[in-house]
Amino acid sequence: MATKERKVPALVDKPMDFCPGCGHGVVSRLIMEALEELDQLDNIIFPIGVGCSSNLGAGLECDRLHCCHGRAGAVATGMKRVNPDVLVVSYQGDGDAYNIGIAETFNAAYRNEDITVIVINNTNFGMTGGQMSLTTMEGQKTSTSVHGRDCSITGYPIRFPEMVAREFPGAAYAARGTVTSPAQINKLKQYIKNALEAQMNHEGYSIVEVLSPCPVNWGMTPIKAMERIEKELIPYYPIGEFKKRGENQK
Amino acid sequence: MKVETKPARCKECGLCKANCPKGAISFSEHTNAAGYHPAVINDELCIACGICYTVCPDGVFHVLGKEA
Repeated sequence: MATKERKVPALVDKPMDFCPGCGHGVVSRLIMEALEELDQLDNIIFPIGVGCSSNLGAGLECDRLHCCHGRAGAVATGMKRVNPDVLVVSYQGDGDAYNIGIAETFNAAYRNEDITVIVINNTNFGMTGGQMSLTTMEGQKTSTSVHGRDCSITGYPIRFPEMVAREFPGAAYAARGTVTSPAQINKLKQYIKNALEAQMNHEGYSIVEVLSPCPVNWGMTPIKAMERIEKELIPYYPIGEFKKRGENQK
Repeated sequence: MKVETKPARCKECGLCKANCPKGAISFSEHTNAAGYHPAVINDELCIACGICYTVCPDGVFHVLGKEA
């Protein structure tokens, strides 16, 4: 029986400092696999956010820039306008892209910049000790919502890809995936590939949000954290494509 | 050998063991430099399906692949 060789792409094949069971490692590998399949490994630049996503600064072997907290959307805009043929993929966490940088993230989407945004949503600020973020679930206990998030005073968790799909007619692609099982990981890779292809064809703004476990700050084993995503997060944050490529032409 | 491992990278999260369809993965009695018990593959049970490679966040596995 023939079997296919499967190896981590060389540009991301370094040990990284993520916690055991963290989803970041899978997502960064999927981006590189997608770029490898699209033959774009030497045509990429990453604006990297602040937070756990910053570990990519040490883990990647390609062009990358560590942006000020939340400003990756603005930096990506500059990179893309100067080098329109280079793929620009901003890699951020939910705290960076939504809490701190909602203005930059929102405005880049509003202007329909020709960039791809990957947001790792783990429902808290992972690196600084698990504080509440805009995506924290109602009732979830974090170090800044010790009795559970009370949405009557904090507002409700944000669903940004849905907003892009609904409110910004020019945007090319919006999707949400997760890393809970091999099937979901393969689906997520296809979403990331679609987003990158949309950028290669200059179709407009593309965003992929990823529901990712944070076992350390959730106080769970990696396997229980995956179960929490399936049971608690997916009912509120649905998986799928909210805007598909080519819908703008209709 | 069907799948090569890099024990130094393993963080013993257990996702490979939980997802392996053949139950071929266990953890070593020895620890690596970071203090984790790295994943070990039983070559007789392994079918080289690549699921461990897919779910591993730390790039521990390399499915070698072979021609028919």
